[in-house]
Amino acid sequence: MTSRLLLPAALRHYAEEQAEVEIHGGTLGDALDDLAERLPQLERRLRDEQGRLRPHVLMFVDGVSVRGGAPMDTPVGDGAEVFVAPAVSGGTA
Amino acid sequence: MGLAILLIGTRKGLMIARSTDDRRTWATDDFQFLNQEVYSVAVDTRRDPPRIFAGVGTGHWGPLLTYSDDLGKSWTEPEEPPIGFPQGSEASVARVWQIQPATDQQPDVVYAGVEPHALFRSDDRGQSFALVEGLWEHPHRPSWTPGGGGACLHTILPHPTDPDDVMVVMSAAGVYRTRDGGTSWEPANRGIQAAFLPEDQRFPEFGQCVHKVAFHPEHPERLFAQNHFGVYRSENRGDSWAPVESGLPSNFGFALVAHPHRPETLYNFPLQADAERFPPKAKLRVYRTENAGADWEPLSQGLPTDPYYGAVLRDAMVADSGDPAGVYFGTRLGEVYASRDDGDTWALIAGHLPDVLSLRVAEIA
Repeated sequence: MTSRLLLPAALRHYAEEQAEVEIHGGTLGDALDDLAERLPQLERRLRDEQGRLRPHVLMFVDGVSVRGGAPMDTPVGDGAEVFVAPAVSGGTA
Repeated sequence: MGLAILLIGTRKGLMIARSTDDRRTWATDDFQFLNQEVYSVAVDTRRDPPRIFAGVGTGHWGPLLTYSDDLGKSWTEPEEPPIGFPQGSEASVARVWQIQPATDQQPDVVYAGVEPHALFRSDDRGQSFALVEGLWEHPHRPSWTPGGGGACLHTILPHPTDPDDVMVVMSAAGVYRTRDGGTSWEPANRGIQAAFLPEDQRFPEFGQCVHKVAFHPEHPERLFAQNHFGVYRSENRGDSWAPVESGLPSNFGFALVAHPHRPETLYNFPLQADAERFPPKAKLRVYRTENAGADWEPLSQGLPTDPYYGAVLRDAMVADSGDPAGVYFGTRLGEVYASRDDGDTWALIAGHLPDVLSLRVAEIA
């Protein structure tokens, strides 16, 4: 399965300034494992060293949030869009 | 002194100041790591070229431990995660609070203190760090609590001549010491008060919120501690502590710095109280002792005379290796002041910055 990981501006530095990168895998966990092989600095911005989604990272697979349950088990179909966003958890200046 | 560099870690990035005229004037670079908190910085001059480290909090995207071998022009993050808890430990690094090169006898060893309370050690100049299991597995650890800033291991003090002797300081766990290279650790808090505990429990074996410990390399047995209420001295590398507060307007504060050449001289930046984290009476003052804490005197020449409400955090005051010594502090109002005469006089060298979290200074050959 090949899908597209869509990156916010803050993370493009880790992907040679590209707005999206291809990822491969049938689940989100597999796809991010694949990402870790090719762009490890980018992958570690999304997941901690235990493989968990970082607390303030939002990910959507074809528009559906993966929060809750087991995010890494989320199926990722061929051609899917995996959208990454920082959670709006700020409020400080 | 040839080139001096001052690393200024702030809430919103890193600024590097450079001086080529024996610290008379400083030029600052543009901010790096924009909008990211730089809680820890270090300069490792034991090898050529010197290596600069930064512990950066990238906000949503987790902590970053990175280094530069060209004095901050470019930064390297290893492909393999340089620091992280082992798989299965369930823990993850939330923040890098301290980066501490070991002594000259171990030129490739670098320590890092993180949140949650843990010590990491690198044997390859900071390319990769391994968890110091002896401290992580300490039976006291489940009882350690976070301080106001988090569950941080914020200070690492390698013994200057004995590589197996390392001391760490954690909030709110207190001081711990190993004498076997990190395999076993013992608390070293006897005599230090935990003022926030019930009155009959204020001198526990551990659990104190010690904010900073400092010592002079010529006298590693003599330690000084700035506690959450209390300034202390130990004459036996932490076996016991006694207050040394005469002349201080408050015994609360965070920063504590040893003079590079005079073992009996230290600098302190008192704050009024934990519930009032301002300079006492809103007077911007550094306090200096020249007799190992027996007395402290205020230093203010050149500092603002208006009421001042900026605190100085635990790693935002440093001394350089010059003679006379340069002393530097950065405030939460985003100002950095420097003295090039042991603290007698001061001048603003950078202002209108985000709040200052960390400073380190080094002379570059």
